[in-house]
Amino acid sequence: MPLTALLRRALGTWLLLLVAAGGARAAALDVTITYLTRSEPPLVPLSLAEPVIEDEGLMGARQAISENQTTGQFLQHDYRLVERVVPEEANLEAVFDEAVGAGERLFIADLRMQDLLALAPKADAAGAYLFNSHAEDDELRTSQCFASVLHTAPSRAMKADALAQYLVWKQWSRWFLVHGSHPADRAFAAAIERAATRFGAEIVETREYQDTGGGRRTDSGHVQVQRQMAVFTQDVPEHDVLVVADESEVFGDYLPYHTWDPRPVVGTSGLVPSSWSRVHEQWGGTQVQRRFTAFAGRWMTERDFNAWVAVRALGEAVTRAQTADPEALHHYILGEEFALAAFKGQGLTFRPWNQQMRQPVLLVTPRQLVSVSPQDQFLHQRTPLDTLGYDEPESECRLNS
Amino acid sequence: MRHLLAGTAIAILLANPLAAREIFVSNEKGNTITVIDGETLEPTEDIPVGNRPRGIALSPDGKHLYICASDDDTIQVMDTATREILGTLPSGPDPELLDLSPDGTLVYVANEDDNMVTVVDAESRTMLAEIPVGVEPEGMGVSHDGKWIVNTSETTNMAHFISADTYEITDNVLVDSRPRFAEWTSDDAEIWVSAEIGGTVSVIDNETREIKHKITFEVAGLPPEALQPVGVRVTDDRSLAFVALGPANRIAVVDAQTYEVQDYLLVGQRVWQLAFSPDQKFIYSTNGNSNDISVIDVENAEVIKSVPVGELPWGVAVKD
Repeated sequence: MPLTALLRRALGTWLLLLVAAGGARAAALDVTITYLTRSEPPLVPLSLAEPVIEDEGLMGARQAISENQTTGQFLQHDYRLVERVVPEEANLEAVFDEAVGAGERLFIADLRMQDLLALAPKADAAGAYLFNSHAEDDELRTSQCFASVLHTAPSRAMKADALAQYLVWKQWSRWFLVHGSHPADRAFAAAIERAATRFGAEIVETREYQDTGGGRRTDSGHVQVQRQMAVFTQDVPEHDVLVVADESEVFGDYLPYHTWDPRPVVGTSGLVPSSWSRVHEQWGGTQVQRRFTAFAGRWMTERDFNAWVAVRALGEAVTRAQTADPEALHHYILGEEFALAAFKGQGLTFRPWNQQMRQPVLLVTPRQLVSVSPQDQFLHQRTPLDTLGYDEPESECRLNS
Repeated sequence: MRHLLAGTAIAILLANPLAAREIFVSNEKGNTITVIDGETLEPTEDIPVGNRPRGIALSPDGKHLYICASDDDTIQVMDTATREILGTLPSGPDPELLDLSPDGTLVYVANEDDNMVTVVDAESRTMLAEIPVGVEPEGMGVSHDGKWIVNTSETTNMAHFISADTYEITDNVLVDSRPRFAEWTSDDAEIWVSAEIGGTVSVIDNETREIKHKITFEVAGLPPEALQPVGVRVTDDRSLAFVALGPANRIAVVDAQTYEVQDYLLVGQRVWQLAFSPDQKFIYSTNGNSNDISVIDVENAEVIKSVPVGELPWGVAVKD
């Protein structure tokens, strides 16, 4: 071997060693967060103007990890996001076991309730934590609580209460409730009924719109829609608003301007309660919107925000508590010291009894922020945020007590 | 009080017949700078500027007003005598707050969008450096000896100490949530950093770069989450500090030696930033949601007047 080649090789080895040494300079804390989701066909919106999004939630988690990392670099804290996307028919529990076996303990669970319920006992046993960023089911906050499950997604009851407070404040207290025929639609309708009782509104009539299948994109469908929706909403007692519960995106967006009586549409179409929206720019919201849009190439959705805020909550806890120990982080997040800034105008905290994140709920149209609940007039001895959703006495859960 | 004000005005006029106090207020929504006569406390002009003007600062000689036109991604330089925009500084995206070196040659800007602090040469209007900081840089404070720049990052929740010689960060002090503003005491011994969501002001010791005291606020009848500290100013003699409390519509008056809150002054809605008159006899607050500023007599810690300005007043700067 010629001398130059030898030298080059020696130099190469030396450089490699340097790199290795650099890489081996251990961070003071290593934090691994796992994003766990089950792939399913994306929800196709009724409106052609709305994009079909394949990576909802995941992009929020990625954005938050990069923010945690920026903060972490000043403290020698290193964050890593493990992305586990489980195929539609695959065994989720096996994937979870594998993750736990690999040492993963902090999960962003972008899952439906049944999947979450299957994993929760395993997480309890493994000392792992699941941040529910997707399932809005109220059962998970009232009867099926687990020490290992925290919720950043607002529950349906929180959203319905947020909307109800605004409607009552407007003195629009006679509601015509229309819901779809899928379980999720009925669940939101139930939350609306509860909110009406809670805040003194009256549901004058309830109707169900049957999903009979069929395509969404048609060439002259509007002609039929114009007639169908008018007839469907005919002969209803006097009401101030039509509240629609159509989480499944079957008919809700067809209601505005098609109703028999000229009434505003609220609920899952028209004026919508949501943890996040692309129209939100208050309290510095513009900044995270711009960051996210530049990063993801699309708007931040509610599901993105729910995952973002979960990863940020963990980052905040690591920064403040100076630990990566899952139990210690959980303890800090549920403690008095914790308050997360998340562009909602006040620090976000967790309800200890069911581990639901307290948060103001935005009331938005596709183009504007209309209001933010809780409304000023609704008071609570602990925090006005606890006027949204099931309060402690209404929940069977008594975690952290 | 009117006699006292008139007396002050005459005294100033006699001392320097050419100089007259002027208060400049940026109106975030109105896209203007309102100029208020410092003696009569009447608004005299509303000058159209760039989009979403927020942080403003005067050059040490008072000749130039630097305006963060956030939505134009630029900093405008206004001639305070002619009110003309002389040009712009390359600021980086979404500039929000800025501060100047004591000699006025350097402008330090917080760029919220790209996690950078930008250093600009005021004379040549060229960018000298970009310094990576935490997420959403906001507050900017330059020490009076010009050696240190403190930047606060709203999502990282730190006060970053940047050496003015090397542009390197030497210390990071973790403060409470959403730090908005950094104010150096006149002797450079302390830096006061407000935390909007945390609801506190951290007093950082410049020697140790550690928090020596955390000031909290409490107003009967107001929920704790409504007390959101933003603008902070400390008198040169370090006797008093004033802290704007945002949606609490109040300014806290703090003993700057004991850190005890002495009083809460009711001002306009969503009180944001503060500035002293050069003689520190008055402090002015921008009240964003009521479209006015409050004029406060510092010695008596008393609000003496509110003056209507443009839409959503944000920043304030005062020259004699």
